[in-house]
Amino acid sequence: MTEFVTRFGSLKDFDKGHIEIINDNPKYYVFSNVFEVANGAKPYEKVAVAKNLEYVIEAIRAEGTSGWMAASHDEFCIVMDGQVDIEFVKLDNPDAVAPASKEGTVAVQGEPKGKRMGSIRLGHGHQALLPKGAAYRFSSAGTSVMVQQSILGDLTVQKWGEICYS
Amino acid sequence: MNAIAEKIPATVAGYKTFELGGFTFLRDEYFVTITWPVKDRRQSHTMSADAFLRALMRDVAWGFFYGVVNFDHVFGTRNLYGKVEFFGGRLNEHYHNNGLSYVEVFDTPRAMKLIKEILADWCNEGFDPFAAPLETGDAAFGEKHGNNLKAIDRFRVATRRMPGLDGDSPLRGDDNGYAINRAFADVAQDKPVIKAEPGFEGELHAFNLFAYLSRSDVTWNPSVTSVCKNSLFCPTTEEYILPIIHGNDRVEWFLQFSDEIMWNITDKETGRPRARVLMKAGDVAAMPADIAHQGFSKKRSMLLVWENGNPGIVKMHESGEIPPYPVTF
Repeated sequence: MTEFVTRFGSLKDFDKGHIEIINDNPKYYVFSNVFEVANGAKPYEKVAVAKNLEYVIEAIRAEGTSGWMAASHDEFCIVMDGQVDIEFVKLDNPDAVAPASKEGTVAVQGEPKGKRMGSIRLGHGHQALLPKGAAYRFSSAGTSVMVQQSILGDLTVQKWGEICYS
Repeated sequence: MNAIAEKIPATVAGYKTFELGGFTFLRDEYFVTITWPVKDRRQSHTMSADAFLRALMRDVAWGFFYGVVNFDHVFGTRNLYGKVEFFGGRLNEHYHNNGLSYVEVFDTPRAMKLIKEILADWCNEGFDPFAAPLETGDAAFGEKHGNNLKAIDRFRVATRRMPGLDGDSPLRGDDNGYAINRAFADVAQDKPVIKAEPGFEGELHAFNLFAYLSRSDVTWNPSVTSVCKNSLFCPTTEEYILPIIHGNDRVEWFLQFSDEIMWNITDKETGRPRARVLMKAGDVAAMPADIAHQGFSKKRSMLLVWENGNPGIVKMHESGEIPPYPVTF
């Protein structure tokens, strides 16, 4: 019986694919690789690797401890490499931090005011809910890679020309 | 001269024949033949029965999906959201330019009822149109023998926020019939560690997405695992060939979670080749709104399909309000 080997990528071991153009523009495919992007990113820089109108997927290099963040809507993160801890605080006044009119991740100024909700430790391939109304912060003892599902916001970094095939 | 008989037989090799508007559908031991009216005769088209049934299964499971479901380079459906267009040759410039294309629009419930009947009658015992060929073998072929209603009654998992939350779609495990697929036996099944303070037990949530995907019992069948307003993460596991050539009516994005997929990209309106895109683990790429794509996965792989479910987006593309490409740089 065939023994299958599932190949995941990592920060230290990834093999980027390619585009073979027949009659097209490679820029239209906005092709990048999350591990390559994380390799060239600052810790917790939220680099957009996909954008669909207002929505984004951000690649994040998790290293050390992030600042506190929140959003007026649910967000989600998936660990692509390494291990990431998330702490959560239920905000006493979430609208003051991330009003409904404001989309995307916002930075929480200072320590979040509210009750501690607990923590989640994520390993490879694990996905967590970053719930609306909660502040959260990440920490990683080593260097890890995540993707985050969110909406284009003040913290989103767009540098398509640097990260994509052209 | 009309080479196609005006009346088709009621059954062939034990399989029922079907009509929908101007289209006829007939299957035999190996093939499906579709005909439609053109000029003073009928145009015919033949597909392998297994390929036709795999494509039809996706139309049933996805409710005709987003945009165009090309069964191959000639026949397919286009979702008009409430109605559905069936076409022969419309998106093939040679058929269309020579007056051999045909389009007919049906109310979605009527069309769905008929294609479910076709699927129920034409899928033999042992043939699972959601499975990879190495899993389901050659049971699709031969004279009619039995059926596989259990396999074709699967539906697309509807998740409101995230699987595993109270009242939301379930996680997958041995206990609810989701065994680890043979191709993902090496995928770790560990779980996140959740430490909730008293009173917040139901609010913190995480799961092992890759383990969840390793237990998918279908191929090429996206199901939602996270919802951020209209932003839908729809990961899926892929093996062999995407049974349809998907013509986009909006920008779609792919993030390759594991292994690799080669995509053939063609122009949505003409079928002309435009590019080939090889995606490996960690790669991200857009599928523009004016292309059609078909994937080839030599080993079962994990792919994140990312959709924007905004119902107004089709008109925005059609009117030119937004370009077919998601980013300019």
